[in-house]
Formats: sequence, C-alpha cells, structure tokens
Amino acid sequence: MGDYLLAWRNIWRNPRRSVLTILAIVFASGLLVFMLSFQFGAYEDMIDSSVRLSTGHLQIQAKGYQNRPEMHKVIKNPDRLLGKVAALDGVDAVTVRSEAFALAAGARRSRGIMVSGVRPDVERRISSLPGQIRKGRYLRDGDVNVAVIGALGAERLQIDIGDECTLIGQGRDGSVAATVVRIAGIFKTGIDEFDRTTMQIPLSDFNSIFSMEGGAHRIVITTKALADDRPVAAAVRMMGEASGLTVLTWDEMTPGLRQSIELDLIGGIIMYVILVIVVAFSILNTFFMAIFERTREFGVLMAIGTKPFRLVKIMLLESLAMTCVGLLTGMILGTAVTLLFSYYGIGMGESSELMAQYGIADRLYPRLSPLSIIIGPAIISVVTFITALIPALKIVHMRPVAALRG
Amino acid sequence: MSIVEVEEVSKIYHQGKMTFKALDDVSLAVDKGEFIALAGPSGSGKTTLLNLVGGLDLPDSGKVVLDGNDYSKMGDGQRADLRLERLGFVFQSYNLIPVLTAAENVEYILRLQNVEKAERIERVQSILDEVGLQEKHNSRPDELSGGQQQRVAVARAIVSNPAVVLADEPTANLDSKTGEKLLEMMRVMNEKRQVTFIFATHDKMVMDFARRIVSLHDGKVAGDQKKDE
Ligand SMILES: Nc1ncnc2c1ncn2[C@@H]1O[C@H](COP(=O)(O)OP(=O)(O)OP(=O)(O)O)[C@@H](O)[C@H]1O
Ligand SMILES: [Mg+2]
Repeated sequence: MGDYLLAWRNIWRNPRRSVLTILAIVFASGLLVFMLSFQFGAYEDMIDSSVRLSTGHLQIQAKGYQNRPEMHKVIKNPDRLLGKVAALDGVDAVTVRSEAFALAAGARRSRGIMVSGVRPDVERRISSLPGQIRKGRYLRDGDVNVAVIGALGAERLQIDIGDECTLIGQGRDGSVAATVVRIAGIFKTGIDEFDRTTMQIPLSDFNSIFSMEGGAHRIVITTKALADDRPVAAAVRMMGEASGLTVLTWDEMTPGLRQSIELDLIGGIIMYVILVIVVAFSILNTFFMAIFERTREFGVLMAIGTKPFRLVKIMLLESLAMTCVGLLTGMILGTAVTLLFSYYGIGMGESSELMAQYGIADRLYPRLSPLSIIIGPAIISVVTFITALIPALKIVHMRPVAALRG
Repeated sequence: MSIVEVEEVSKIYHQGKMTFKALDDVSLAVDKGEFIALAGPSGSGKTTLLNLVGGLDLPDSGKVVLDGNDYSKMGDGQRADLRLERLGFVFQSYNLIPVLTAAENVEYILRLQNVEKAERIERVQSILDEVGLQEKHNSRPDELSGGQQQRVAVARAIVSNPAVVLADEPTANLDSKTGEKLLEMMRVMNEKRQVTFIFATHDKMVMDFARRIVSLHDGKVAGDQKKDE
C-alpha cells in the first residue's frame, strides 16, 4: 500500500509534466480509437457496397469461369446446390445469375453489352441495384422481354424507358441467340464502368434466349456477417454437389478492393506508429527526468535499506497509473467522438476517388467495435510499459554511494 | 565486544587514470552506546569511512564488521537488509521524501520492516512527539524548517530500533542554536536507548557534544581522544 501511495504522490510532484504526459496518452489513444473505427467502418462499407452491387460475399462457379468467362462453362444443376447452400449457417441469401456478352442495338446505334439474367425477387433482397433505379422501375417476377440498363449504356445507345432494344449473341450451345427487349428502368450506381456495360433481364428469359438448358454461371451467396465468408466457403467446398466447381470469396473476385484496403491500412499504420513513438518519447523523457531529479532520494532510500527492485516497482507503478488514467480518458473521449460521428457521419466531398470506384456514398460513418476500441490502447499500454522500464531499470545498477553524491 | 570493528581498511577511488587513496590503513573499534565524532578537515575521509561502516560501499582492503556481520562476506541484498534492521542514517540534507508527510517519512522504514499497521502508527506518533514535532505529523518536508526536517530524519533513524546511527554532517545546514537542540536530542536518545551514534563532522559543537573524537588526516587516523565524564 505504501508503494502505491508513494507512486501516486510522485506523479503529482511535477504536475505539469505528468499532465502533459497523460494528455499525450489521452490524445493518442483517443485518436486511435476514432481513426481505427473510422477506417474499419469505411472498409466495411466499401466491401459491403461492392458485395451488394456485384459479387456477393461468395460465388460458386464452374472451374475457370472467373478468369475466362465463357458461355459453356456452367454449373449444370444449380437448383440442388442452391437449396443446400441456403440451409447453411451464416448464409443470408442465395441466388443464381448467368451472363452473356451481346450486341445491343437501339433505333440508331449499337454497342456491345453484358447481359445478366437475374431473379428479380431475390435481387431485390440482396442487391443494391434495385435501389439505384433513376428512371422507370426495376424488374419484376413474371416480366417477359423486359430489361433494365445502366444510364451510360442507355445514353450511348440513345434509348430510353419504353424503347425497344435488340440483343444478338451466342447461346450456350453455340447457336445464335436473338431477342428484343423493352427498357423498363435505367439505373445509375456511380461506377461508370458498371453503368456503361450492364443490362439485366429476368433469368427465365435469359435461359431461353441463350439456350442455357438449366445451367447457370454463378451462384451468388450473401452471408449474414462479413466474417462468415470463409466458414461458409469451407462448408460449401465440402459438399458433394460442389465437386468440379470452385468457390470464390469476395476478395478473390475483387482483388483490387482488398489491395486498396491493405494499402490504406498500411498508410494508417505508419501514422499510428509515429503517434505511438511520440508518446513513447514523452514517457521516456518524463521518467529519465524523474530519475535524474530523484537520484539523491533514491540514495537515501537505498541507504536506509530499500532494495533497488522496490524502487523500480514504484517507478513502474507511476507509469502504470499515468497510462491507465490516460488510456481510460482517451478511450472514453475517443468512443464519445466516434459515436457522435457514427450518428452524423463525416462528409467526404469529392475527395475520395477510391471510394467512388467501389460505389460508396460521400458520407462515411465510423463504426465502433470492441476491436477498434481495444487495439490502439492495448498497443500504447505495451509500448509505455516498455519505455518506462528502460529508465526504471537504470535504478537497478545504481550504487547507494554514487546516488547520495547526486 | 565492539559493535563496529574497522580493521586495517584502505579505500582507493579511481577517477579516470588517477587513483586517490581516501583511507589508508584505518582501524577503529566502537563500543555499544558510544557517542563518537569522526573529525578532520574537508577531504580527510570522514564520509568515506562512514559509508564503509554503513555498508554502503566496500573497502579495497581490510574488513568492516557490524555487530558480528562481516560486510565483505555479504551480498548487496544482505547488506541492505542489515542496514534496514541494524542501522539508522542521517545525512546533511535531502534526507526526506518530499511527497510524504513527516509521519509517512518515519513510517516508511517500518513498512520496509513489515511492522504491522497499528504498531507502526503508535511508534511513529511517539517518536515524533519525542523529537518535539507534536504539531507537525502531517506536514510535508517543504512546510518544515531545516531543523524540523533534521528532527524527522533523526526520528526515522531511531524509530526502527537500530544498533548504530550514522550521521554525516547533520548540523552543517543549521544555525548553531538549532544544531545544539538537535544534538541534545540525539544525546538523550543515546543515553535513553543505548543507541550508538557515529558522526562525521567538522562542526566544533558536535565535537563538544561527542564523548570520543577520532581525528582523520589524509585518510589516516591522526588521533583518538576519549573524554572523561
Ligand atoms: N566517489 C569518489 N570518487 C573519487 N574521489 C572521491 C570519491 N568520494 C570521495 N572522494 C575523494 O576522497 C577524499 C575523501 O572524501 P570524503 O568525502 O570521505 O571526505 P570528507 O572528510 O567527508 O570531506 P568533507 O568534510 O568535505 O565532507 C576526497 O579527496 C574526495 O575528493
Ligand atoms: Mg563528508
């Protein structure tokens, strides 16, 4: 008990220095909580919108389809697999998509386009696309010879709602596929590439136009949480029905997204390391100064029979107390600020091309998680303990006579 | 049987390539209950000798024995324990821990000795009263005069029931009146408790109080004078 009292009083013998040290810890830990929540939140948003818009968390495909999509590389019996996958733990929804490259012709112009056959009812649940219709409406179950198209694609073909569009392509069996669809809706996701090249039609139409004979190109799975992706993928791979097929996770289908996140994270980590080093130096300075100032006192204490390790313990208690006060305050402040911004969001303006590329809104919402609260403070506490240990261990080598001489 | 035995002790300091013989073949025996001053001009080796007697430093040759314990045969930790149990220290200045009150400063050594709380409080109270600091138990060192601070230091040196108290220039920073009171107080302790006091000093007044004066000169014992009562 005496040592705790001594440590606590020692902190306040130079209040300004101690307060500055504590403030450095408060600032660093608070900032880390906020920044990590912000980054993790943004990454989750990025992944989520990419997953919602295009890939889903997981896909099952025929081998080789991901690298070279060709009409004949199909999943032969998608429905049996579909039912079994839907029953897996962690699976939110499953659907089937097929796609074909076709020549689309409006009244005046023609262009190549990616035609995607989808199940409108399921897409409404798992895809963000139905919500991004800017004109007209999205597909409905039972629609026949109807399509939705991206705004840039419509512009290039010079077609609008209600106009007809002729599609000519090649069926699964190599035969010529041709049909006429009426445009029911025009969507705009903000991702130019997607808005220029994508058209969706009901899967039933697609199957007959492109002679799919029951085959499908992609089984698209969304999971309840991001973290479920790998366990579900593993479970699917175990299924007998999946033999001869591949299971891909979202980051395997959009490697660019994962790289962008990693790059951004590394940039963040460099900043955090600098921040933690600054805090470490502030601690180091505080304790070297403290030891310098108290050398005679240590001499007296050792003379009357205090063992050096007891003095080291007192110094470490001092650093521990300052660190705890700083970390706790920092975590509370960081959490409060994060909560505030997770409510109001942070405007990103036009600044973030990266985010636009993955279809993210211009407001970002930091997301508080146990991980984002703990990581920063945990690192700081380890670093401050070690940096306080370095000066404190100098005491072990102190000789009482030398200390008494100051 | 002497409580302190110094036998043919030499101490050499090294400073870079220079060596300096601070003590040269010094022998000294101190009996229990003595009140003794080590006198001599500045640089004659008083502090050096006191540090050796206190086991704070070890001689280059010869041996120092405290109450039957030969320092040369003990480790750092054992000597620290011996100091804690058998010795009290009073220095010229910077004696007290500035963040602890007078009472806490005195109590600290009893904590080190693992004395129980009730007994600690009782012993601290009575020793502080004994050194005349009834009103000042809860004052911090910076709220005390120099003389009062030295009284706290003496209280701390005494409270642990040591065999020997070593005091290095305890009066050097005090005016003569305050110094005299401190010395009187220490002599009362000496007589009442049979605690041995060894001073290092060049204060004339300390020598007047002492009952034996050992004079050092250039690291050698130049005189050893016992006063008759
Ligand atoms: N750690 C040391 N390193 C080098 N020389 C030292 C050291 N300690 C003491 N000395 C030298 O040894 C000699 C004796 O020093 P000591 O402190 O014992 O003298 P003293 O009699 O106590 O003097 P004073 O009355 O000034 O306190 C001095 O010349 C001093 O310079
Ligand atoms: Mg001296």
